[in-house]
Amino acid sequence: MTIPLSLQFINLLAALLLLIAFAMLAQRRILSLINLFAWQGAVLALSTFVVAYTTSQHHLYYSAALTLLLKVMVLPWLLHRLIHRLNVRWDVETLLNIPTTMLAGLALVIFAFNLAAPISQLAQGITRGLIGIALASVMLSLLMMLTRRKAVSQVVAFLSLENGLFFAATSATQGMPLVVELGIALDVLVATFIFGIFFFQIRETFESLDITHMEKLKDD
Amino acid sequence: MIDLQLMALLLIPLFGGGMLAVFGSRSWAAELNSLMSGLTFLASVALTMRVIDSGPQVVFGEQFFIDQFNVFLVALTAFVAFTTSLFSRPYMRIEQHHGKLSTGMLHLYYSMYQMFTFTMLVALTTNNMGIIWVAMEAATLTTVLLVSLYRTPSSLEAAWKYFILCGVGIALALFGTILLYFAAERVLGEGGTALLWTHLNQVKGELEPTVLKLAFIFLLVGYGTKIGLVPLHSWLPDAHAEGPTPVSAVLSGLLLNVALCAVMRSKVLVDGSLKTHFAGNLMMGFGLLSVVVAALFLSRQKDIKRMFAYSSIEHMGLITFAFGMGGPVANFAGMLHMTMHSLTKSAIFFAVGHAAQKAGTQQMERIRGLLQVSPTVGWGLALGTFAILGMPPFGVFASEFLIITTAMHEYPWTTPILLAALGIAFAAIFGKIQPIVFGETTAKPLPHPPALIPVFVHLLLVLILGLYMPPYLANWYRQAAALLG
Repeated sequence: MTIPLSLQFINLLAALLLLIAFAMLAQRRILSLINLFAWQGAVLALSTFVVAYTTSQHHLYYSAALTLLLKVMVLPWLLHRLIHRLNVRWDVETLLNIPTTMLAGLALVIFAFNLAAPISQLAQGITRGLIGIALASVMLSLLMMLTRRKAVSQVVAFLSLENGLFFAATSATQGMPLVVELGIALDVLVATFIFGIFFFQIRETFESLDITHMEKLKDD
Repeated sequence: MIDLQLMALLLIPLFGGGMLAVFGSRSWAAELNSLMSGLTFLASVALTMRVIDSGPQVVFGEQFFIDQFNVFLVALTAFVAFTTSLFSRPYMRIEQHHGKLSTGMLHLYYSMYQMFTFTMLVALTTNNMGIIWVAMEAATLTTVLLVSLYRTPSSLEAAWKYFILCGVGIALALFGTILLYFAAERVLGEGGTALLWTHLNQVKGELEPTVLKLAFIFLLVGYGTKIGLVPLHSWLPDAHAEGPTPVSAVLSGLLLNVALCAVMRSKVLVDGSLKTHFAGNLMMGFGLLSVVVAALFLSRQKDIKRMFAYSSIEHMGLITFAFGMGGPVANFAGMLHMTMHSLTKSAIFFAVGHAAQKAGTQQMERIRGLLQVSPTVGWGLALGTFAILGMPPFGVFASEFLIITTAMHEYPWTTPILLAALGIAFAAIFGKIQPIVFGETTAKPLPHPPALIPVFVHLLLVLILGLYMPPYLANWYRQAAALLG
């Protein structure tokens, strides 16, 4: 049985998505992290477009355009502006044990594939196996949120988590209803604005964007 | 006709949010805020009476769905939002007088307060499982800047934690929603209807059980973060302790309920598909763990708002446990306890807010002898504490009694655990509140008279419902409990 070209292409994009998730996990520099996030958005938009083309679902074209606009242009632009104004453009995270993080990431991918296995069995056509990859990139973003100590990289991790979920929605279910997708996009946009406000408030109060300063509230 | 009432219910707070975004700095912003919340409450009453008369219905091209269960939460939400707005008027003025808040901050507060009410009401009334998610996330977004309103280091930390943890939690709930859609698409076909709860409910027997099982785990963990279920609760005490008191009151009394409503909507679908007690068992487990852990943490608290935040975790755990047991009686008890907890806990937060303002601190060991300086605040706090600890004749006793007797009947092994946890909670809270209310005082008078009418209105309602439940209300709750299966 030959696999149709479009499906091969989507699988390739899915693999790229996972690869970028790993690259983000290992990236110490904040500027590069944001660029990687923009690339992830581009891959996502492209894969949505391909799914739209092969299944001729018109609302997915809108969804692809929305992804392109929001995740590749608006959000990275906002983040670039923010790190420029906050003067953390060249910041490097020091407390990061990359080999251990990568190994943990690997374990998470295996876990995600196992978790998604019974669902992949049910999926027909182009969706097979993609849920596993989507879940794996969601888990990798979660791991990234846990390991990061800088507020900006935590937010990038949060946004890339959203990317993984979006990939799950478009590839596994051929897209959520448009009204839901619009709502989610609006939420993500507003969240990014609020994160921006937070960066300034945090820096003003703690004179740094390290969240290690913010571990005072505990039950002892 | 019903679409008119629903439209009023949703548009009034939205319009109010817009108005207050423009006029939030005016001297009458607090009155406008109360007026809008009052109108919302009137709309909710009209809607409730309509739904109880004519049963569940879908509105606006099936995008909204109202039945006896969610209209009960709509009425409760609108009521507590209204009384909290009444309380916040003098409370926030005192905070401003003490120099803790600027006019700009109050501006943000009033407009976000209305938007927060709007997002909760959308989450409750929508028929679309995807829109529930969008509205829940929007509810986080509207409150996160309110938690950090004071701009102190600890309030910023609390808000950041709230934002990140609830963001992650809710992202997992989105994955659960996607899985649900994935299963639904195979039965209902593509397009807009596959996420509509009423459609899903009709075909729940045909939904693929393996997918729904996984979807429910994600949904429970995701929305459970919002409910404050242990071990996903760590944002909750911080956000409640560091945010302004009216925000603590609505977070604790309302937002947690709305998140639980989303879980219950999912549970009905999962039960129909799996035909086992899987979802219920999971909820019972989380609920029991929350009750026990929160009870143990109570005695270690020094901050008064933090302590009552842990008490919220305990009670939400108890409600989750009750809904997890399922069946008409346990569901009835769960809903009753939701009502009692919302009314009592918001009343307590009102009293605690003024007590902390008088003492100038939230540290319990430095608040003493409230009865001497201000009998109303002191009695409000004392009676509220009695009520929340489940002392008869308050309504919390009735609902806790119902939950525990059902547990004794259905799952006898849980009874000693629940009773021990409630006992520990009683000892911890009572021991700490007693010297705060009685004894010698250090408190100062306030620059504005405090608003304690909401406190006593809430407590009176809890008392009346504890003594006598009108047949109309009992019937309504019974119908709603039957809908939950």
